Amino acid sequence: MIEFQDVAHGYGGGRLLSDMTLSLPPGSFHFLTGPSGAGKSTFLKLCYGELSPVAGRISVFGQTIAGMSRDDIARLRRRIGVVHQDCQFLDHLPLAENVALPLTVSNRAANPTELDELLAWVGLSGQAASLPPSLSGGERQRAALARAVITSPEVLLADEPTGNLDWEMSLRLLTLLVELNRMGTAILVATHDMNLIRAAKAQVSARVLRIRGGQVQVAGAEL
Amino acid sequence: MKRRLAWLTGDARADRVVPPTGAPARLTLLTSAAMAFLAVFALTLSLATGRLAERWSQALADGATIRISAPPEQMAAQTKVVLDILAVTPGVASARALDPAETRALLAPWFGPDLPVESLPIPALVELREDAAGLDAEGLRLRLAAEVPGAVFDDHARWRRPLVEAAGRLRALGLVSLALIGGVAAAMVTLAARAALAANGQVIRVLRLIGARDAYIARAFVRRFTLRALAGAAAGTLAGMVAVALLPNADAAGGFLTGLGLSGTGWLWPLAIPPFAAIVAFWATRAAAFRTLREVQ
Ligand SMILES: Nc1ncnc2c1ncn2[C@@H]1O[C@H](COP(=O)(O)OP(=O)(O)OP(=O)(O)O)[C@@H](O)[C@H]1O
Ligand SMILES: [Mg+2]
Repeated sequence: MIEFQDVAHGYGGGRLLSDMTLSLPPGSFHFLTGPSGAGKSTFLKLCYGELSPVAGRISVFGQTIAGMSRDDIARLRRRIGVVHQDCQFLDHLPLAENVALPLTVSNRAANPTELDELLAWVGLSGQAASLPPSLSGGERQRAALARAVITSPEVLLADEPTGNLDWEMSLRLLTLLVELNRMGTAILVATHDMNLIRAAKAQVSARVLRIRGGQVQVAGAEL
Repeated sequence: MKRRLAWLTGDARADRVVPPTGAPARLTLLTSAAMAFLAVFALTLSLATGRLAERWSQALADGATIRISAPPEQMAAQTKVVLDILAVTPGVASARALDPAETRALLAPWFGPDLPVESLPIPALVELREDAAGLDAEGLRLRLAAEVPGAVFDDHARWRRPLVEAAGRLRALGLVSLALIGGVAAAMVTLAARAALAANGQVIRVLRLIGARDAYIARAFVRRFTLRALAGAAAGTLAGMVAVALLPNADAAGGFLTGLGLSGTGWLWPLAIPPFAAIVAFWATRAAAFRTLREVQ
């Protein structure tokens, strides 16, 4: 459902990523790993059209991103849940409204009980009325996950979702991701936490993509 | 249409996605009020001068006189020649010689009621009315000069025509002022909206990331500025109308300025100012919002 064909990207004329050809099928579980600065976030941004490739073709749900209108990109993003590395909340709205925002912007109202359940699922029932700046890093990341899944997206892209979490919480979050995947959501998690990847492999058949030297490779079993 | 109205009245949730836009919103409220206040005066000026111009040119067209100075024994004959000329002059609706009693009445304020008009060398007067087409004053003057040298045509225009012209000019200036006020209001709202959009770059980015369409984001801003402009303009218009209503009544002074201010259905015109301000704000903000949003990735 996400397909890259000879995709290349770079900032300011350089080449950060090149010759990427790969496909993420529906219902799959992928990890994207690589050293800091390798281009993991860049890869995810290409997937939901925040960045456009300098070469090659990216298609999502069978549509090529290049040449999409701004409205089409907006519609595309409603079908993809994204946990951004820096979370990206509206700081003036309480957490519950932030989580419900993807529904709000498509003129739908969140079902209050479902919203409560979702917040409980990520362990944030008590923080529904808090403003995002008053939350801890881990709480923000869990809230970002809740917001990413509120529309029941077909794909979930998560950028370092465990970056601010302790190991116990990371495992909890992993469990949530695995649960989602079992319900049919395709998942791509960018992380450099090898322990997390190992823990996941014990639960689902996850493929690991590694960015090395500007190329994306499928990592072997050596993990 | 129904959706438009629902959009104006409801959906506070959509409005909340953009934080309060303090200073630019207040600026919009204040400028709209000030501009509406000015617009009331510009409108009043145009309406009043329009009425004056009409009234004056009406008076201008209505009355003209011919004064005939001649020795008493020729007076009747010359008056008849003048009336004959007028009878065949195009543009003259009617003409009539004032009889001695009327002439005496005219002079009474200065000389008292017992003036022996017949025995004094007092000019005779012929009063005429123009028809709608108007008459050729110069042609008439030339003809009178040739045939009745003692007759002088006075069409009152010598002093009224510039007044009518001035009134017409004032009216045009009033309309130009209205257009300028509208333009300035649009410019101010555009600037305020752009400032609000620029101050909310991060909010706009987040909204776009989670799949908000440009129209949705724009709406939050447009709604806000349209309502502010409407409220401000309503207050400004009200204040302006009160000020106009409190203008001293120039009728008492008996001058030409009677009828400055609004009258009758004229009072309905200023009521169009607030909706007009809202429309101007709507389009100005919308244009600014879409332009800014296209610049954001
Ligand atoms: N907007 C930008 N303009 C210029 N350079 C950028 C921009 N965004 C990222 N880069 C550069 O591109 C490289 C890859 O960035 P990216 O954020 O994709 O790395 P990452 O793999 O996600 O790293 P991390 O693990 O630290 O999150 C980095 O060297 C970064 O400095
Ligand atoms: Mg990153």
